[in-house]
Amino acid sequence: MIIFASCIILFLIGLYAIVTKRNLIKIAIGFALIEYAINLFFALVGFKRGALAPIITQLDTPHNFVDPIPQALVLTAIVIALGTTALMLTIILRIYNRYKTFDIAEIRKLRG
Amino acid sequence: MSFIPLFFALPLISAFLIPILGKIYKPLVWIVSTVVSFVLFILALYGIAVTQQLPMIVYKMGNWPPPLGIVMAFDSFSAFMVLIISIIVFTGSLFSLRYMSNYTGQWKFYTLFMLMTAGMMGICITGDLFNMFVFLEIAAISSYALVAFGVGAEELEASFKYIVMGEIGGLTFLLAIALIYAKTSTLNLADISTSLQVIRHTTFFSMTLGMMLFAFSIKAALVPFHSWLPDAYPAAPAPISSLLAGICTKVFGIYTTARIVFNVFGLTRANEPMVFNILIGLGLLSIAFAGLTALNQKDYKRLLAYSSISQVGFIMLGFGIGNYYGVVGAILYILAHGLAKGLLFLTSGSVVHATGTRDLQKLAGLGERMPTTAWSFRIGALSVIGLPPLVGFFAKLLIIMGAIKAGFIWLAILAIVLSVLSLAYLLKIESSVFMKKGKIDAKTAPFTMRIAMVFLVVLIVLLGIGFQPIIDFVVGPAAHALLRGLEYSHLVFGSFTTNF
Repeated sequence: MIIFASCIILFLIGLYAIVTKRNLIKIAIGFALIEYAINLFFALVGFKRGALAPIITQLDTPHNFVDPIPQALVLTAIVIALGTTALMLTIILRIYNRYKTFDIAEIRKLRG
Repeated sequence: MSFIPLFFALPLISAFLIPILGKIYKPLVWIVSTVVSFVLFILALYGIAVTQQLPMIVYKMGNWPPPLGIVMAFDSFSAFMVLIISIIVFTGSLFSLRYMSNYTGQWKFYTLFMLMTAGMMGICITGDLFNMFVFLEIAAISSYALVAFGVGAEELEASFKYIVMGEIGGLTFLLAIALIYAKTSTLNLADISTSLQVIRHTTFFSMTLGMMLFAFSIKAALVPFHSWLPDAYPAAPAPISSLLAGICTKVFGIYTTARIVFNVFGLTRANEPMVFNILIGLGLLSIAFAGLTALNQKDYKRLLAYSSISQVGFIMLGFGIGNYYGVVGAILYILAHGLAKGLLFLTSGSVVHATGTRDLQKLAGLGERMPTTAWSFRIGALSVIGLPPLVGFFAKLLIIMGAIKAGFIWLAILAIVLSVLSLAYLLKIESSVFMKKGKIDAKTAPFTMRIAMVFLVVLIVLLGIGFQPIIDFVVGPAAHALLRGLEYSHLVFGSFTTNF
């Protein structure tokens, strides 16, 4: 249970970074933390203590396996997170080239 | 060979072919995207025809039976959504030919455009929760990139805002999926819906539902979560604004909400009035707040963006009313709003293309110089306001009738009063851009742009005049598909699967 709770704490730390930090890179790091937290949570959902790797042999009963589906899903989620993080960093870099700053307070060109 | 995977396979394949074809012969990129979107339109019409007989068509990916593998579940509501997506994508693509000629790297634009189409099509036909998330992210990532396409300071900032808001929504959705998987050990929407009924009245049930509603409200830009939208729409190129405003928020936010609330969680107004009241509240807040803010805008596209938030509020209101009329009205409103707001953003693109500015105070006297654009704007605006022979009127009428049937007389009156706001802010554009006398350098819109606009105008008028068959054959079945509720899962498991 503690380990699930720590996932949620990690999630909240990431959310805190996104909401309060003024540096664009730190916001991106906040997203990375949230993504880690969810992926970790997802992988733990399928985990069973003392269970086997999910490769079917004739000797094992099905109850002994770790659930393989969350692992496959996490793999997909990591790829998606890679895409978003890469795009986000590209845009941050472009913003930096224009404004020469990472500070969100100095970038406000759009009103409201 | 089933036709269902073609809806997302065709744009996906063309997205990967476009960079190669663009190297061989540049105009090919536009031809491919227009032809593909037209083929999708024909396929969507075929889909509507097929769903007249069959309530549900299931395609099994890799031939795995439903709870194990990913399935594509194609019912009347999916067919309806796919049809509008293909219409808006087709006109957007047609419009892009001349509009995008000012930009460099056109193949990148069409690649992202097709990826976004594939993602939206996928969301509407998938029958698997995680698959829905993947398609949502495909469409969302390409839309983030498209908003930043101009790489000006404004575009980049708008895109960053959009990414931050959109990803908070997307990641919350992912967390909700993880929680649902932990509880039900399945990702199939039909299977989840049967499993969730066992834990109906628990905190877990309402918590996951709340997380999903939060995620979809961000994606649909309902009022407390709307801050990304008024920046993102004006920054994007006009065909993309048309696509984003016309259909994107509806697919990302409205379709997913409706599907999850009605078919997966199996809620109706009778058994869970709380959830539906929240939807009504979000809807009313959006209509009122965004409508009032729109009155103050000085930017053509920004005004339309606020108007778009306000109109999405009406759709949410219809679903929140939750009876047959409300839902039919909401679904017809998706159609009416998709066509009208898509058209209005195309007119904005045409004005920007001709004059180079979107400032309402600088624009003047375009009514005589650009007659096609001006009249397209007028028809689109009248449909948004809700004038009788146009499709927007019937949508609003049905929602108001739904409110009266459900016993919310005050809601019906409020909806009528608030729709006056749309008259006020659209008149502002009409008076300053098209009616006011003035001199501004403007060339008439190129032929393909006019074709795209006229196509939408014709649809708005025709669908308005022939609204009865549209309700009987397209919108009505879609509403029934939603109001079937939990029967959805029986249909998916016991459905007709060969040859289609």
